[in-house]
Amino acid sequence: MREMYFVEAINEAMIEEMRRDPAVFILGEDIRYGHGGGIFGATKGMLEEFGEERVIDTPLSELAISGSAAGAAYMGMRPIAEIMFADFMSICHDLIVNGASKFRWASDGKAGCPVVYRAAFGAGVGATLHHSQSPEAWLMNAPGLTIVMPSTPYDAKGLLKSAIRYDDPVIFLEHKLLYRRLKGEVPEEEYLIPIRKADVKRAGTDVTVGATGAMVHQALEAAKILEEREGLSLEVVDPRTLLPLDEDTILDSVRKTGRVVIVHEAPVTGGFGAEVAAVIAEKAIEYLNGPILRVGAPWCSVPANRNLERDFYLPTAEKIIQAVKDVIRYGGEL
Amino acid sequence: MEKEKLQSLYYEMVLVRRLEEKSANLYQQGRIGGFLHLYIGQEAVGSGVIAARQAKDRVITAYRDHGVAISCGMEPKVVFAELLGKETGCSKGRGGSMHLADVKLNFWGGHAIVGAHLPLAAGMALADKYRGSDAATLCMFGDGATNIGYFHEALNLSMVWKLPVLWVCENNQYGMGTSVERASAVSEIRQKASCYGMPSERVDGMDVLQVYNATQKALEHVRKEGPFLLEALTYRYRGHSMGDPERYRAIDEIEKWRKDDPIGIFREKLLADLGFSELTLDEEELRAENVIEEAVQFAEASPDPASETLFDYLYVE
Ligand SMILES: Cc1ncc(C[n+]2csc(CCOP(=O)(O)OP(=O)(O)O)c2C)c(N)n1
Ligand SMILES: [Mg+2]
Repeated sequence: MREMYFVEAINEAMIEEMRRDPAVFILGEDIRYGHGGGIFGATKGMLEEFGEERVIDTPLSELAISGSAAGAAYMGMRPIAEIMFADFMSICHDLIVNGASKFRWASDGKAGCPVVYRAAFGAGVGATLHHSQSPEAWLMNAPGLTIVMPSTPYDAKGLLKSAIRYDDPVIFLEHKLLYRRLKGEVPEEEYLIPIRKADVKRAGTDVTVGATGAMVHQALEAAKILEEREGLSLEVVDPRTLLPLDEDTILDSVRKTGRVVIVHEAPVTGGFGAEVAAVIAEKAIEYLNGPILRVGAPWCSVPANRNLERDFYLPTAEKIIQAVKDVIRYGGEL
Repeated sequence: MEKEKLQSLYYEMVLVRRLEEKSANLYQQGRIGGFLHLYIGQEAVGSGVIAARQAKDRVITAYRDHGVAISCGMEPKVVFAELLGKETGCSKGRGGSMHLADVKLNFWGGHAIVGAHLPLAAGMALADKYRGSDAATLCMFGDGATNIGYFHEALNLSMVWKLPVLWVCENNQYGMGTSVERASAVSEIRQKASCYGMPSERVDGMDVLQVYNATQKALEHVRKEGPFLLEALTYRYRGHSMGDPERYRAIDEIEKWRKDDPIGIFREKLLADLGFSELTLDEEELRAENVIEEAVQFAEASPDPASETLFDYLYVE
């Protein structure tokens, strides 16, 4: 099968959807010329194909971008708003959590807000405290909102196409480290991946590792190492849609393994993992043979020093392995 | 301006230029991570503005902050150490290029969320006014920053409360790859002050003495009456940040502005009108080069911060 980079999959998803539906358009900062299709190249070739009316460069105005995208969506348009760095979601926060996500409810279902907010997130490139964060937890407590975080080019394409067709607002978080470092199989034929459906990235029997975004690859690495070294069988589950959560897939896995480690890149405290842990504790505690452990960033911001960023700040396969061993040790013999 | 000060201003501008060239080098070698925004071409703005401040005045700026940090008195070795993420950097390798800061120098930092430091500047000025101090806050930002809500709220507030803040827009005519004409309803940024009834002036930001004089005058107004918007028209010679392929501006345009090199203009003035010799200025250039060389060596030889230090100063000790 043909392979493409993560960012190319994103690009192809948008192009296909814009060809399909004239209500889809994209707006954002420097998405046209700036760096040849956005600073990460996600909008490459789109200006040439769709013209200035559908590929819109905005002023440096996150309030106006997020709000005008939502307003156009109220009218039945299907805007894709590119927020250059997910850290800037904080500026859009009001228009998302008080505007976009509440409008269907407040209008008694007579209108909705089919907007997609795409943003590059994540650490690992030395960009420090304002250009490296994973902001999903900032947005988690907003009824009406949907948050998607793909981990592979295949998922990125299928999920983004679904997000664009989705009738409610979607936050679509793309790890910037994956853009041009991760290549994966993407079929030529059209396909969609449903929103609100988790994916078992690797089947296993001993420990469930729930991981998001770039961390899925650290979890898979940990699974490979532990299988080779210790004969352990890890099941890696990627929620893909973080909000609302596909509880069934996660609970099925936990009921099978009885042991859970949750991995994400944002700080552990108050993070997405806390929600997953709570759901498991509420609905499957009798299946557990040990504590639910979380692996994530420590309680500090992303540092400039790159050794510290890579080895200390970011979760790694080594840290996941340690957590897996801790869970097993607690529960006694497998 | 006294001769000595003119000479040190020249030295400072050359120092910033050499520092930025070296930073670009280190970045290309993969020694600096993240995003690196060079000040090359804009030296006259930072140097001219800061030369007019008094030590009590506060300075706050955006992420293109190396030049302003140097003008505020940060040592090049501390800047390089921070760029390399070392323990001897101004924030011990936490903040890196976009977040240089040293409050002991009354330099309140580089800020990487565009525009977000403008309301902060208003608050700093509010504190000074509240306490009856006659310190002013000098807040520097780009043309792009004037399109975000932060700018408008901060300017309005500063006028309503008559805050002692000097707003300095470094109009280098682009916000990333977007020209000011494509992003701003008015391309003369100073006009944005008028809807808040705020006085303003536009100066040639390639001429350090013009910037200096205008800043002095503006600061007098700020201390007595309240806010002022100073727009310095300038140009960045390099890309927005390293790795910018610069597809959005014509070679001719860049060449035209390169002829107006702020260091070249100042040098000519120093030689032709202000009685300096080639030798003196060449010596200053050499001095700057040596300082930069030593600074890089210092930074390279410095240790990485210990991981536990990342937990320092999250909360008050
Ligand atoms: C709120 C926010 N939006 C977008 C960005 C990304 N970004 C960084 S610099 C920049 C352009 C800023 O232009 P300007 O204010 O003119 O400053 P210059 O880079 O020209 O010095 C953009 C869009 C950001 N850092 N913060
Ligand atoms: Mg600019």
